[in-house]
Amino acid sequence: MTSAEPRVVDFPLRKPGEAFPPPHYEEYRKEPGLVLSYLPDGRKVWLVTRHQDVRAVLTDRRISSNPDHPGFPNITATMGVPKQEQIPGWFVGLDSPEHDRFRRALIPEFTVRRVRELRPAVEQTVDRCIDAMLAAGDSADLVADFALPVPSLVISALLGVPPVDRDFFESRTRTLVAIRSSTDQQRDTVTRELMRYINRLVEIKAKWPGEDLISRLLATGSIDPREMSGVLMLLLIAGHETTANNIALGVVTLLQNPEWIGDDRVVEETLRFHSVADLVSLRVAIEDVEISGQLVKAGEGIIPLVAAANHDTEAFGCPYTFDPARTERHHVAFGYGVHQCLGQNLVRIEMEIAYRRLFERIPTLRLAVPVAELPFKYDGVLCGLHALPVSW
Amino acid sequence: MLTVDTDRCVGAGQCVRTAPAVFDQDEDGLVALRDPAPGPEQQADIRLAAALCPSGAITATPQH
Repeated sequence: MTSAEPRVVDFPLRKPGEAFPPPHYEEYRKEPGLVLSYLPDGRKVWLVTRHQDVRAVLTDRRISSNPDHPGFPNITATMGVPKQEQIPGWFVGLDSPEHDRFRRALIPEFTVRRVRELRPAVEQTVDRCIDAMLAAGDSADLVADFALPVPSLVISALLGVPPVDRDFFESRTRTLVAIRSSTDQQRDTVTRELMRYINRLVEIKAKWPGEDLISRLLATGSIDPREMSGVLMLLLIAGHETTANNIALGVVTLLQNPEWIGDDRVVEETLRFHSVADLVSLRVAIEDVEISGQLVKAGEGIIPLVAAANHDTEAFGCPYTFDPARTERHHVAFGYGVHQCLGQNLVRIEMEIAYRRLFERIPTLRLAVPVAELPFKYDGVLCGLHALPVSW
Repeated sequence: MLTVDTDRCVGAGQCVRTAPAVFDQDEDGLVALRDPAPGPEQQADIRLAAALCPSGAITATPQH
C-alpha cells in the first residue's frame, strides 16, 4: 500500500483552450496509487486514470453504481446518476442482480444481428440528411444538420418516438448534460418534462402497440410500466447525444487526417481517440478496496476516467496519435463490466455509415472555420461540439 | 477448452464481432457457441474475444 499522501488535482472538467484529453492525465497516471480531487460540493473523490485500474474498478463488486449508497459522487444534485425514487428504471444506477433484469429485457433489441438489420434504415436516414444539406446550398452546420439528427432519428424510429418530437427531447437533453450553464432547478424541470412525455408515450403504446421497442418491451411484461420512464429516457438520451458527439468530432479528425477517409477502422479509433463519455461512469466503494496500492474506504467516491484509460501508454502505443490501423482494441470508450454500453453496435454502424456516405457524397467537404475556433463543449459530462460549420 | 457463461453474459456482442465463426447470440441475445470445438486457426480470435468480453463470460484455456 502506498503511504505517500495522494496528489490533489482539479476536478476534470474540460477547460477552454485545453487539449483533450488533458495532458495532465499523463501525469496522474504516473502518480503512485490514485489521485484525489474534489467535487463541486467539496466532497472528495478518487480519479482513476490507468487503463488496468479503470477496468478493475468497473468490474469490482465492492464498487457500486447505485447512488443510494452514501458517498456516491454525483457531480451536483441533479448531475450524475439519478436514484430510483427520482427516475424509476434508470438501471445504470443499479448493481447486479437488480440491474440485470433491465439489461436482459433489452439485450435482444441490440444484438449484433438485430443491429445489422437496422443498417438499411440507418443508410436511408444518413442519405436523407445529406440530401437536405445539399439541397440547402454549399454550407451547413454539421452538428445541427447531420451529426445530431442521424442518431436522433435512428433511436426515435427504434423506440417508436415520433420524429417530430426531436426538438423537444434534444433540447431537454442539452440542458441535462450541461453542468454550469444549466441549474439544478432547470435540470430537475426538464427531467420531469421528459418523464411526463415518456409516460404518455408508454400509455399510448399500451393502447395502440406498434412495431417498435416500447411496444415489444411492454408486451414482454418484464418491466413495470412505472419503470419504463427511466429505461426509455436512458435509451433516448444515450442513443442520440453521445453518438452525435462522436460523429461530429470524428468528421473533424478525418478532415485533419484525410488519408483515413473511406477506411471503416476509423470508427473504433474515433471512439478511443475522443472518448466522449470521459466523466460518465461514477462509482462508490461499498467496502474498503485497494486500487493500485491506494486504499479507498467504503463510502468514498471513485471516477474512472475513460479518456485517461484510453490514452494510457501502458495499454496503447502512441495513444495521442490517431491511428485507425492500430491493433489494440481494448479501449473502454463504452465502459467495461456489466454496464458496458448496450447500444455500442448500433453506435458503430451509425458512425461507419455516417462517415462513409458523408465523404462519398460530399468529397469536397471542408471546415468553414479553423479547428481552434470550433465551439467545443466545455460545460458538460460529454465532450463534443455545439456546432460544426462546414462548406463544400 | 472453451466455455461460455450465459449467467455472466451482458450481451455486448464483442465476441460475435471478434470471432463470428465461433460465437453467436441466442434469441435472448446471450452468448452461444456456434462451434464448440474451434480449430487452431480460431485460437487468436477466441483469446481476443475473451479479453474484450466486459463481463468475463468467456473462458478459453489453451489445450495441451
